[in-house]
Amino acid sequence: MKAALRARNHPAYWAFLVHRVSGILLVLYLPAHFWVLGLALHQAARLDAFLRWTDQPLARFGEWGLVLLLAAHLAGGLRLLALEFLPWRDWQKALAAAAAALALVVGLAFALAL
Amino acid sequence: MSVLRVRVWRGGAEGAFQAFEVPRHASQTVLDVVTHIQRVLEPALAYRFACRVGMCGSCAMTVNGVARWTCRTHVDKVAAGGELEIAPLANLPVIRDLVTDMREFFDKWARAKGQFSGARTRADDFSRVAPQTPARRDVDAAIECIGCAVCYSSCDVVAWNSDYLGPAALNRAWTLERDERDAARAERLRAIAGDAGCHACHTHMSCSERCPKGIAPTAGIAGLKRAAARAALRGEL
Amino acid sequence: MSARGEALLWTAQRASAAVLALCVAVHLATMIYAVHAGLGAAEILSRTRGNALWLGFYALFLLAVAVHAPLGLRAVLGEWLGWRGRSRDAALAAFALALAWLGARAILGVFL
Repeated sequence: MKAALRARNHPAYWAFLVHRVSGILLVLYLPAHFWVLGLALHQAARLDAFLRWTDQPLARFGEWGLVLLLAAHLAGGLRLLALEFLPWRDWQKALAAAAAALALVVGLAFALAL
Repeated sequence: MSVLRVRVWRGGAEGAFQAFEVPRHASQTVLDVVTHIQRVLEPALAYRFACRVGMCGSCAMTVNGVARWTCRTHVDKVAAGGELEIAPLANLPVIRDLVTDMREFFDKWARAKGQFSGARTRADDFSRVAPQTPARRDVDAAIECIGCAVCYSSCDVVAWNSDYLGPAALNRAWTLERDERDAARAERLRAIAGDAGCHACHTHMSCSERCPKGIAPTAGIAGLKRAAARAALRGEL
Repeated sequence: MSARGEALLWTAQRASAAVLALCVAVHLATMIYAVHAGLGAAEILSRTRGNALWLGFYALFLLAVAVHAPLGLRAVLGEWLGWRGRSRDAALAAFALALAWLGARAILGVFL
């Protein structure tokens, strides 16, 4: 197991893992997100109650987590588009670091906005 | 005289690591270690090597979890704490001990149409290929592959998808896709596109990270994705 | 799936990704602004209701998501759960439609 982890311990693999895991979590979140907003159509009272619940610190933290997931997935996706469509250069590896930095900046911006 | 504690895989798909103690020397490679074990400690150990100078790729094995050429891996570089774990290359059937069955690796090369297909005969004049064109530079960056299977062994998609042609086969297909002399490009794109081909690559880049020749199969596979998309949109695929 | 089919799916995934890059950037900026300005549900809805520009934007966003999310899931299902073939594609098509329907309800709820 330790050997298996060591073999995969390089930036591009981490970038892949973050991109895939964030994608999975987002795809699980989306139907719930749409369903809650859909409550506004016919069950405004339930939506109100739900939105009051989101004022709680735990919900705020969850929102921040979602923003971070979305930012990470976006940054990773931009990196992939660059790798697949732009001419190949040796600084491709730095793209992983740049993507991580971008995601953190967005996460920080959201946290500070709270 | 210090000593290396070396665990070596014995058996086939089923088996176990066997422990050996090997004298440690300056400027010692992992291949030296394996050779010492087989000559002095365990004559029945099966392993492959040929040139032992980093040209043939026969000595590729998994060293502490990472696929490497053992003749070009200095013990000092990998034996943290004086310990080594040596196993056969991953993603390939094990014949015995450190020897793998390379047939599937080369079969996939053939399935990717990784062989040159020319249109000229001996009666025609030579092709003239300018070395500095973008296409030829793409070929030159990828042409030095010697088929050692380090990339194939390092790729998780190969492990997750048994049909996946793998980085070496796709890299070779790329060198031919960019070869202006090759006459089989349409057929080749059909062979390398799809779930078993370039579209299964998720840019883990372990292949590019580990290739002992410094080739980046990821670059070629990205190029094949673009070529396949273009052909599909034009109705040529 | 055929080579042509896979190549077209790959193209759709990258195209929707490019659209989403813009939509998500706008969406994140909007969310950060809304939270920073302390906008509550009532204020947000008062700005979005009857706003044709936002309706158009989120309809485009939803279309891109309904293409991109199932295609992304497709690779994960194939590689980590070993689920391949027609049944996987049928299930994902159903998932795409479900997302589109739920999303359309959400958009209508917020904009009508």
